[in-house]
Amino acid sequence: MVHGSGGKAMAQLIDELFLNAFSNPWLDEMNDQACFQLPAGRVVMATDSHVISPLFFPGGDIGCLSVHGTVNDVAMSGAVPKYLSAGFILEEGYPLADLQTIVTSMAAAAEEAGVYIVTGDTKVVERGKGDGCFITTTGIGVVPEGVSMGADRVTAGDKIIVSGSLGDHGVAIMSLRENLTFETTIESDTQSLNDLVAAMVEVVPDIHCLRDPTRGGLSATLNEIAQQSKVGMQVYETEIPVKPQVKAACEFLGLDPLFVANEGKLVAFCPADKAEQLLAVMRAHPKGMDAAIIGDVIEDDLQFVQMQTAFGGNRMVDWINGEQLPRIC
Amino acid sequence: MSISAYNLRVKGQVQGVGFRPFVHNLAARLGVCGFVKNGPQGVVIHAQAETAVLTQFKQRLLDEQPSMSLIETIDMTPAQVVPTLTDFSIKTSETGALDLGVTPDAAVCRECLAELFDPHNRRYRYPFINCTHCGPRYSLIKALPYDRKHTTMADFAFCQPCLDEYKAADNRRFHAQPNACATCGPTLFFHNAKGEKQASIDPIAETLEVINRGGIVAIKGIGGFHLACDGRNDEAVKRLRVLKQRGQKPFAIMAANPASLAPYIDLTVERTQRLQAMDAPIVLCPIKENQSSTLSKVIAPQLAWMGVMLPHSPVHHLLFHKAAGEPTGLKWLDQPQALLLVMTSANRCGNPLLIDNQKALTELTGIADGFLLHNRDIHVRCDDSVVSAVGEKPRLIRRGRGLSPQFIPLSCGFSIVDKSVLAVGSFFKNTLCLTKGDRAYVSQYMGDLDNPECCRALHTTVEHLTSLLGIKPDLVVSDLHPDFYSTQFAEHYSQEHSIPLIKVQHHHAHIASVVAEHQIKTPVLGVALDGFGLGLEGELWGGELLYVHQGEFTRLAHLSPLTLPGGERAAKEPWRMAAAALYDLGRGEEISQRFADQPGADLIGQLLDKQLNCPTTTSAGRLFDTVAGLLGITTTNQYEAQAAMMLESLAYTYLQNHPWPEASPLIDSVDGNLNCAPLLAAISHCEDAGYGAALFHQQLIDGLARWISEQSQRTAVTKVVLAGGCFLNALLTDGVTRQLQANNIDLYCAEKLPCNDGGIALGQAHIALEMEVK
Ligand SMILES: [Fe+3]
Ligand SMILES: [Mg+2]
Ligand SMILES: [Zn+2]
Ligand SMILES: [Zn+2]
Repeated sequence: MVHGSGGKAMAQLIDELFLNAFSNPWLDEMNDQACFQLPAGRVVMATDSHVISPLFFPGGDIGCLSVHGTVNDVAMSGAVPKYLSAGFILEEGYPLADLQTIVTSMAAAAEEAGVYIVTGDTKVVERGKGDGCFITTTGIGVVPEGVSMGADRVTAGDKIIVSGSLGDHGVAIMSLRENLTFETTIESDTQSLNDLVAAMVEVVPDIHCLRDPTRGGLSATLNEIAQQSKVGMQVYETEIPVKPQVKAACEFLGLDPLFVANEGKLVAFCPADKAEQLLAVMRAHPKGMDAAIIGDVIEDDLQFVQMQTAFGGNRMVDWINGEQLPRIC
Repeated sequence: MSISAYNLRVKGQVQGVGFRPFVHNLAARLGVCGFVKNGPQGVVIHAQAETAVLTQFKQRLLDEQPSMSLIETIDMTPAQVVPTLTDFSIKTSETGALDLGVTPDAAVCRECLAELFDPHNRRYRYPFINCTHCGPRYSLIKALPYDRKHTTMADFAFCQPCLDEYKAADNRRFHAQPNACATCGPTLFFHNAKGEKQASIDPIAETLEVINRGGIVAIKGIGGFHLACDGRNDEAVKRLRVLKQRGQKPFAIMAANPASLAPYIDLTVERTQRLQAMDAPIVLCPIKENQSSTLSKVIAPQLAWMGVMLPHSPVHHLLFHKAAGEPTGLKWLDQPQALLLVMTSANRCGNPLLIDNQKALTELTGIADGFLLHNRDIHVRCDDSVVSAVGEKPRLIRRGRGLSPQFIPLSCGFSIVDKSVLAVGSFFKNTLCLTKGDRAYVSQYMGDLDNPECCRALHTTVEHLTSLLGIKPDLVVSDLHPDFYSTQFAEHYSQEHSIPLIKVQHHHAHIASVVAEHQIKTPVLGVALDGFGLGLEGELWGGELLYVHQGEFTRLAHLSPLTLPGGERAAKEPWRMAAAALYDLGRGEEISQRFADQPGADLIGQLLDKQLNCPTTTSAGRLFDTVAGLLGITTTNQYEAQAAMMLESLAYTYLQNHPWPEASPLIDSVDGNLNCAPLLAAISHCEDAGYGAALFHQQLIDGLARWISEQSQRTAVTKVVLAGGCFLNALLTDGVTRQLQANNIDLYCAEKLPCNDGGIALGQAHIALEMEVK
C-alpha cells in the first residue's frame, strides 16, 4: 500500500474492497455523501475513533470493534442506530489481506447490528506515522417515542443493572498484548447492544439511563453518572458478575476489574419497581444472559459510589485520574 | 512588709479543667488577695500580696496545676494595688471571642473514684461521675464557649445538689459542665442480643454475666463503642475474630490496674505511668516470655507486644468493681484483679467507630450478645489513642481520645502572617489540621479514606472544628496524590471557598510535621521511611533523604528501588516483593518453588520479564515486606504493616536471648543512595528467621546511620529528623538514635503526633505557613 499519486491503483483497489464488503443502496451511489430519510423522532449521533493494539484479538478485531463501539454509543440513548460512516487511516505498507479481514469483520458486525455503512473515507499515512490501521466511525439513530434517557435523570431509589460479566475486554487485550499465558483464553466481549436495548426499551420505556462502561470501566461510569445526576450509589461486590478467569487474571496482574474496559456490556438505571421485569427481559436475551442487579441509587450530597465488599466492609469505588496509581502506605 | 499587685495572664488549656477553683484555693492558702476570671486569651488573675508570696504563687500555679490543664505561658505585669480587695474571688466570665484550646476527654480522677466506691456517697456506683479534673469533654462538645447548653448534656437539667456544686467556687465541680448524679443525669441500660431493652436488670451485672459466659458485649464508652469479651477465654476471643472478620490483627486488653497486667506484661515505671495518665491510651508493651498465661493466645498473634489499657470511664470501673465483688473503698483498685477484657473498637471492616445507640444496635446484630448503652450522646467520635512503649521512648501511634484536639504550639513567627490553614492529610489513618496564629489543632484519627464513612468524617470534622475553633481557612493544603479522597476534597474546598490550594509532597510533609512540633527554624536533613507517597514526577517514594528548609526541599538520596510486581497488590503480598527480589538477584527460578502455595507464583516471572504493572518504589515499608517474604515469615499482609511488625517482633524476641548479630556492612552506597541488594541476598539464604530478622535490623540501623552521617558531613547540616511510619519500629529508631548520638547529630522524632500518616496534616499546614512567611 502506498500513498500519493503513485498509489492511484491501490486506492481504487481499496475502494472496491469497501464497496464489495459494505454494499448498500446509499454507498453504491458512490457520492461524496449519503442521502437518506429518517423516521420521525429525535435523532442521535455519536462518533468514536478506534485505535487498538493488537488489531486482532480473541473475540474480535478493530473492524467489528469500530462498529460495536459507535452502535453502542448511539444505542445508549435508547435510540435505534441506522447509519454509520467510516474513516480509515492506514499506514503505508499495511497488508491488504489484513485490511480485507478487518473490512469483512466490519461488514458482518454492521449486518448483525442492522446498520448500514453509508459513507466513508480513507487516508494513507507514511510508514511509521500510524499504527497499521485506525478507524473512526460515526453513527446516526432515532429515539423511539416515549423514551427519554440521560445521565442526569437517575434518581435515588433506582436499581443498577449490568448486562453481563465485567472486565473481559480489557483483560483479553492485555493478556494478548503482553503474551501472557493463562489456563483459559479470555475473550473480548465486543458486541453491539442495540438489539438488547431495543428489547429492554420495549418493555420498560422509562429506563432512566443506559451507559456502556468502556474506558475506565464500571467505576468511571458509575462515578460520572453519580455526579451528573447528583446521587450516590451503593453496589454489592458479590452481585457484580466477573468471570472466574478474569477475576484470577486481575488478581494476578494487580488490576481491579471495576476499572477495566468493556466493549459489549451496558449498565442500566431504572425505577426499582421495574427492575425485576427489566432483568427478566435482559436475561431472556442472548446478550444479557448474565445480567444482574448490582446495587441501588441512593441519596447522597457527596455523590459517593460505594461498594459493599465480599467481607461486609464498605469501600469507595474511586474516581481515578488516569492510570491506577498505588496508594498503599 | 509592702504589698504589691500583679496581673497574670495564663495561656494554654486552662478552661473547663477546674483551673479557677484551683487558683482560688491556692490564693486562699497563700493569703493572696484579688480575683480570677476567664478571658478571651485564657485566664486572667489579679493578685496582691508580698512580692515573695506572689513569686511563690506563680511557681505553684505551674507546679500544682490541675491534671487536665496545660499552661503554655504566664505573663506577669505589675498592676495598681486595689486597697479594697481583702479576699480572693472568682469573677464571672468576660464575653467575647474565646481563643482557647478545646480540652480532650480524661480518665476518671482519684477523687471521683473514691466517691464512686463509697457506699455513703450520693454518687455511689453512679456510672457518669465526673468533676472539673476529669471526665468527658471533646467527645460531647457541640459548640464553644464550653457551656453545658453546648454539650450533649444539654438535655439533662441539674438537680438542686448538683446545681449547688456547680455554683460553689470552692467545689471540685464548680462549673463542671457534665456534672450529674443518679437523680438528674444520664442512665445506663442493657439491651439483649436482639436489641431489646432489658428494663428490670442491673446493666453492669448483666454485662459481666454475658462476658463470663464467653459472650460479646458492645459497650458504649467515651469516644465510641467497644466490643468486649473475656480475654482469658480463647473461644470467646476466637469467636470475636470470626464475627468481626478480623483474622490476625491484634486486639487490646483492658485490665483493672497495672498489678493485674504484671503476670503477662513486662511493665516498667515508664509504661505504668503512661497507662495511668489522664489520657488513658492503649499502650503497647512487651509480652512476658514464658508466662504461664491464662490470657488467650489469639489476642496478638505472632507479636512480641500487646496493647493494654486501664479503665477510663466509670462504666469500665464498675465492671471491674462488680467482678471484684463490689468492694468498698479504693484498696481493691491497686490489687490484682482476675478480669481481663478484650476491648476492640466496635465497627465493621474499616468503618468508623460506632458512636450512636441506634446504629450500634442495628450494625452489631449478629456480633454482640448484649449492649451496655447509655443516654449521654457522643457528639465527636474519638478512637482510643495508641502509644507504643516497646522502645526507649513512648511513641504515639494513633492520636484520639484523651489527646485530641489538644493544640500544638508552632513557632511564634506564624502569628505574624495571620493566615489560617486547613490541611487535609493523606490517605491512611487520616487526620486534618487547622491553624490559627501560632497554634495547630490536629483532629482525632478519622480512619483510612478508602472507606466512604471515613471520607464523610473528613467533611463533618472540617465543619465541626472550623466552627468550634472559629477558624475560616485562608489556604487549603493537600497531598500531591490526585486519587486520595483528601486531595479531591481539598480541590473542591478551595473552589467552593475561593481560597488557594497548595499541594505538598508526602515525605516533605512527614518531615515538616516533626519540624513543626520541635519549632525548628534552621535547615534539617529529613529521613522519611514509610510505605508510599507520590514523588514529584509521579514516582513511588518511601525511603527518602531530604534537605528541608523554609517550606522547600531537595531530594538528596533514597533507598535503592524495589519492583512491585502487580503494583498496589504487591504491597499487600510480601511474597511478591520477595519474588521480585529473587528475580533481581538473578534467581527467578527459585520463585515458583519457594512460594508454591501462592496463586500465580509460576507466572510472576512473566510479569517481571515484561515489566507489566511492575512499577518500582524506593519504599522502606516494601523493604520490610521483602525481607519478611524472603524469610518466609508471612506471604500476605492481613492488616497494614503486618509483615513489618512480625519482623520486628521476631528480631525483638531473638535479641532477648542473643546478642546483636555481628556482620560487616551488607548495605552499600551507590551514588549516595542506599543499596540493599547485598543484604537481601544474604537474607535470602538465612535459615533462622529470628537471626535473619535481627540481622536485617542491625544492617539497616548501621546503613542508615552511616548514610545520615555522610550526608550530614557533606551538607554541614547537623539537625536530623526521622519521620514516617517505619520509625514506629522501636528497634530501628532506638538503634539509629544510639549510633547517631555518638556522631554529634541532633536527632528529632515525632512526639506529640504519630510519625506515620496520622502526622502528615501538621506537616502540610506547616509547609504552607512557611511559604507564606517567606
Ligand atoms: Fe506516609
Ligand atoms: Mg464514544
Ligand atoms: Zn473527677
Ligand atoms: Zn444531680
